[in-house]
Amino acid sequence: MKYTSQSVAKPYFIFALVLLAGEILFGLLMGIQYIWGDFLFPLIPFNVLRMVHTNLLIVLLLFGFMGATYYLIPEEAERELWSPKLAIITFWVFAAAGVATILGYLFVPYAQLTEITFNELLPTMGREFLEQPLPTKVGIVLVVVSYIVNTAMTVLKGRRTVITTVLLTGLFGLAAFFLIAFYVPDNLIADKFFWWFTVHLWVEATWELILGAILAFVLIKVTGVDREHIDKWLYLIIAMTMVSGILGTGHHFFYMGAPEYWLWIGSISSAVEPLPFFLMILFAFSMSRERKIQHENEVALTWAKATAVIAFLGAGVWGFMHTLAPVNMFTHGTQLTAAHGHLSFYGAYVMIIFTMISYAMPILRGRPHGNCVKAQNRELLAMKLMNFGMIGLTLALTAAGITQILDQRVGTELLGFMESQATIENIYLVRLGFGVMVFTGLILYFTSFFVKEEN
Amino acid sequence: MTERITKSMAKNIYYGGGMFALLIFLALSFDTVQQIPERSNEVNMTASVVAGKKIWEKNDCVGCHTLIGEGAYYAPELMNVFNRRGGSDVATFKAYMQGWMAAQPLNEPNRRKMPQFNLSEEEVNQLSDFLIWTSKVNANEWPPTIEG
Repeated sequence: MKYTSQSVAKPYFIFALVLLAGEILFGLLMGIQYIWGDFLFPLIPFNVLRMVHTNLLIVLLLFGFMGATYYLIPEEAERELWSPKLAIITFWVFAAAGVATILGYLFVPYAQLTEITFNELLPTMGREFLEQPLPTKVGIVLVVVSYIVNTAMTVLKGRRTVITTVLLTGLFGLAAFFLIAFYVPDNLIADKFFWWFTVHLWVEATWELILGAILAFVLIKVTGVDREHIDKWLYLIIAMTMVSGILGTGHHFFYMGAPEYWLWIGSISSAVEPLPFFLMILFAFSMSRERKIQHENEVALTWAKATAVIAFLGAGVWGFMHTLAPVNMFTHGTQLTAAHGHLSFYGAYVMIIFTMISYAMPILRGRPHGNCVKAQNRELLAMKLMNFGMIGLTLALTAAGITQILDQRVGTELLGFMESQATIENIYLVRLGFGVMVFTGLILYFTSFFVKEEN
Repeated sequence: MTERITKSMAKNIYYGGGMFALLIFLALSFDTVQQIPERSNEVNMTASVVAGKKIWEKNDCVGCHTLIGEGAYYAPELMNVFNRRGGSDVATFKAYMQGWMAAQPLNEPNRRKMPQFNLSEEEVNQLSDFLIWTSKVNANEWPPTIEG
């Protein structure tokens, strides 16, 4: 590690991984409740399990992004972090707020939670993914502001690179679009419309900048390819992201009360959305082929390449599958959306954090050449288990979605929702099995941290 | 293919293309906001409908159901529940809703369960008004069938 302040990244990485374990665990509980409705009911109803599952994902990704930023910014800016102390305080505040929120979800009925957290002052709760009580939402804003100030001050006082500029742009976008979460119109349609400004423009625009910047950083480090060359690729990828992703928001406006022109705008723009992910594959693989150094942390490069591939499958292929308006007419609101959501979040965002951790964590633990071969092999096996598990459960959810469409939406003898779900039960069982595989992979991954160094 | 593109070209596509897309997006969004009141029949959005939306949010209904295709996929779509369960008749639907909400959770082993929310009669009526209003939104002919 070149700068001592980089070490603040460590607690962020560890906590992100702990939250990931929690996220997957709650995913498994949901998978069980999907099949056996009495499981955990009325102790934890489905909506609470889901809130915990999705909110843990969002928070773990923010922790991962922050850890990645605090690790890479000093090296890029060629100076110590502006305030390591602020970064540590932010960590504890965010961790405490996150844990308190999850406990609130689990132990207080949601309606009561809205009352004791002053939701009436400014009602923002009860919307998908943005279920957080008002104090938590305000807390997220404060944490993100502190994160941006720390990053921006470090960059301003040090060397500016394309990576830091792109990363900062992504962070500003993340903060700006989150503020829209505080605006909840009484009209449901207007509410839905603005809700997507936060949700879509995070996931399919600003976060992709953060993803691109982290990927570029790791590739520079493990391949030794000339920075100019990497920068060009990074610009090209994020250019395609912006051109397709911003207007691609339109694919959410097909069938929710927005005007007809979005059918065209959304279909055309989002048909281009796989392109930046395809470029990411070309990027990772050609940088790997042209590498100037043989970094001993081989598994970090494997993670980087796998991130590009799985992100392309999840975000690109599974996104395109249902993004054209005439197709979306039938797929909207089915398990196909869940299939796409699972593989894209995992491939693009969870995996980039694994990539960064795989590269940075050994260095933070005093192993500049990466972990020993035995540990790397175990990490690789864990990666494979998690990847196959995620692809398997995505395929299962896809089959579930198609069955749902055939049952409820095509032909004359239609089944109702609950009857259709009953016909899908076996597929949900397969999904659960693959979920267990992902969890097993994660546990195996955790054990790779405890493999003893050989020399 | 990438050899012919220089770093500054890529940079210009990013800034130029990004700004261009953002401007179009903002212009269309502005237009959409103008059109939403008519497409959603905002004139019929009574105080009861708004109160119903707040009940919907307060109980996190979207954590299990979809509404106009958005939400969780654990329980049925509710945009057209007014047509499906109420036969598009206000009195029928409201009576159905009172009975349905009071009967939860159903005593059927291993069926997915809906919690008992202990809503008052007035609150159930407001929730019904909200769902009736939602069923009339112009969502470009979605959902494709009565089963949602």
